[in-house]
Amino acid sequence: MDTPHIPSHQFWQGVRAELPILLGVVPFGMIYGILALSAGLSPLDAQAMSSVVFGGSSQFMTAKLVSAATPGIVIIVTGFVINLRHALYSASLAPYTRHLPPAWKAVLAYLLTDEMYAVTIVNYLSQEEITHKHWFALGSGLMLWTSWQLSTAVGIFLGSQIPSSWGLDFALPLTFIALVVPVLRDRSAFVTAIVASLAALLFFGLPFKLGLLAAAFTAIACGLWSEKK
Amino acid sequence: MNIWIVMIALGLLTFVTRLSFIALMERIRLPAILQRALRFVPIAVLCAIIAPELGFYKENLSLSITNPRLLAGLVATMVAFRTKSVIWTIAIGMAVFWILKSWL
Repeated sequence: MDTPHIPSHQFWQGVRAELPILLGVVPFGMIYGILALSAGLSPLDAQAMSSVVFGGSSQFMTAKLVSAATPGIVIIVTGFVINLRHALYSASLAPYTRHLPPAWKAVLAYLLTDEMYAVTIVNYLSQEEITHKHWFALGSGLMLWTSWQLSTAVGIFLGSQIPSSWGLDFALPLTFIALVVPVLRDRSAFVTAIVASLAALLFFGLPFKLGLLAAAFTAIACGLWSEKK
Repeated sequence: MNIWIVMIALGLLTFVTRLSFIALMERIRLPAILQRALRFVPIAVLCAIIAPELGFYKENLSLSITNPRLLAGLVATMVAFRTKSVIWTIAIGMAVFWILKSWL
């Protein structure tokens, strides 16, 4: 049965594409749950933040800042800066979502995270012309969202059962490697990849995940420059 | 400040950030150079996430063969080039990582 043009088929493809990343996301969600409680958040607050904010790194930072009795406005600004990279994902997906009604745009924007962006943009870049790719985006986003809520709950109510020494978090960069390699189709793509990797190591010390943004902008500029040559 | 006010404000700001270009792209047309730049966004972002995950081991930058994350990541990259398969990349990458970690 090959029915790639049916929305439900695309939806389940998206769900499936998200599965490998969950190996890395679920331990992360559990650790967040544990950390939020030890930072003094109530179980309800900790769980609610996973759906109200829905952004792992900013949730970790918020929990840490709350436990250090940081003023609310500082927490808000810090979290906002950590999540600024999502504007880049938004710009990258925008050409593909242009035709969608506002409700679809809002739902996909709410679900737009590192992990959802990675599998979704690679699917949009794949050559085949399919009109229902937004269903793929929805499937991957909802799969991640559900896993994030459940793993937060497991962390809150059961505590850590997965020792960090297993190194399951390593599945996350491995998945991203598998996603980015097929997109490296020409010289300027390779230039972008190499510059981004080196710059990310160089800028890693920058606070609030700004190293990622700085590395991405540097690499994009070099990619454009190498295209002209 | 109440934790709920913080959460809701941060949630809204994050949502607006994520919605920004998705909502605006209909109304504004990006200059040609920015449209060309968009092609490099996924490559740049993914590599910028991957590199520190491989290059840092036990919170120190380690670009040597004693870093199992780096070695396993390089092997996984070769597997990805050969197979173009997510499953094989993860399976072999994790296996190499676990083996190296037990040696080093």
